Amino acid sequence: MIAFRAMVARELRLALRGGGDVLTLVLFFVIVGAIVPFAVGPDRALLARIAPGMVWIAAFLAMLLGLDRLFRPDHEDGSLILLRQADLPLSAVVAAKLIAHWLVAALPLIVASPFLAMLLAMDEPTFWRMLVSLLVGTPALAAFGAVGAAVTVAIRRGGLIAPILIAPLSIPVLIFGTGSITASQSGAAMLFLAALSLMAVALAPFAAALAISSAED
Amino acid sequence: MTNRQVFAPLSLVATGLVCGRGGMALTRALDFSVTSGQCLLLRGPNGTGKTTLLLTLAGIVAPLEGTQALEGTDAEAGPQFHYCGHRNAIKPRLTVAENLGFWAAVNGATGLPIAAALEQVGLDRLGDLDAGYLSAGQSRRLALARLLVSLRPLWLLDEPTAALDSEGQDLVTRLIDAHLDMGGLAIAATHDPITLPDPSRMETMVLGARNSGGPP
Repeated sequence: MIAFRAMVARELRLALRGGGDVLTLVLFFVIVGAIVPFAVGPDRALLARIAPGMVWIAAFLAMLLGLDRLFRPDHEDGSLILLRQADLPLSAVVAAKLIAHWLVAALPLIVASPFLAMLLAMDEPTFWRMLVSLLVGTPALAAFGAVGAAVTVAIRRGGLIAPILIAPLSIPVLIFGTGSITASQSGAAMLFLAALSLMAVALAPFAAALAISSAED
Repeated sequence: MTNRQVFAPLSLVATGLVCGRGGMALTRALDFSVTSGQCLLLRGPNGTGKTTLLLTLAGIVAPLEGTQALEGTDAEAGPQFHYCGHRNAIKPRLTVAENLGFWAAVNGATGLPIAAALEQVGLDRLGDLDAGYLSAGQSRRLALARLLVSLRPLWLLDEPTAALDSEGQDLVTRLIDAHLDMGGLAIAATHDPITLPDPSRMETMVLGARNSGGPP
């Protein structure tokens, strides 16, 4: 447990001392939302209708951006090899990284989401549903992302491959994420989203650990 | 040997071990065994499989043929070795003490306390400095300090003296000697000569040499 906590603390420290990495992701998230009104025009009714999808696309893209720093820096400086021989099992290492990744790559987006809601002319009930759906659904995005990052970590310049690998996996998250924001049947979609998240978070550490340990350095 | 034996008697036994990368064999079939309190030096020109052999022993690269086993360990006990490779696994944005403390936490703080380990490797006044400011030699010392904070019987050292000054090379010799005193094992690939005070504890295996048919 000490080892697990130390792992999470290290990841958080590295991310927060990363000189604005976190802020970059948040700004990216807000900017994606901000350019939508310019692209589709200032029609409030149209904006409100596409807002749920736009929020999820912005969150998806922003979380893809942060993927590369999940395993690659550790791979490059030799830490990943040593983590494979740590007393802490590799799946626990990945789980710790996943938690830290969600805290620095997803939670700030959720905190920034009111800005997006404002830019996209969301009404208040929709806004609250969006907040809950982001909270419930982003762990799944982080988990799928971790698997993609782990599979591609040993590939030089693999940073661009991971998003392409995990995009198909993320489609259900986007479907149910958007569905849980739009008013009709939002309850059922939210439950599906929660199920997806739970499953992805439970399985991803093992899958990612397997991918890492089967990659020859 | 001495009264400071910490580790249970162990032996690393390799039989017919052929190491290689990408399906190409780099070493001949190696048979060797290293027992507690012994150090095996791997010598040989570049590209003869010294690093690959160490990675194979660490379980990171699968051997092409043959087997290796650490006899005398409890299978449940977790990893029994420290691997110290070319890369130092140091995070420049964490302080020296934080870097070391992290490894102590994930590997089990069974060895020296952080401050004592830093003192051993000559970094005792730099604990609060960001590790990014360390020189190449100091980074190497910090990487070696990682071996001291968690006790593990087998050390796999890949060029442990790289980037170190002559005092640092003495330091590596001292650390290995102290580790052997505790009943540990060490396998080191090196180009610099490492001379332990007691030469009987040290064996040399030359890789890649054409006419060296057998193990030491």
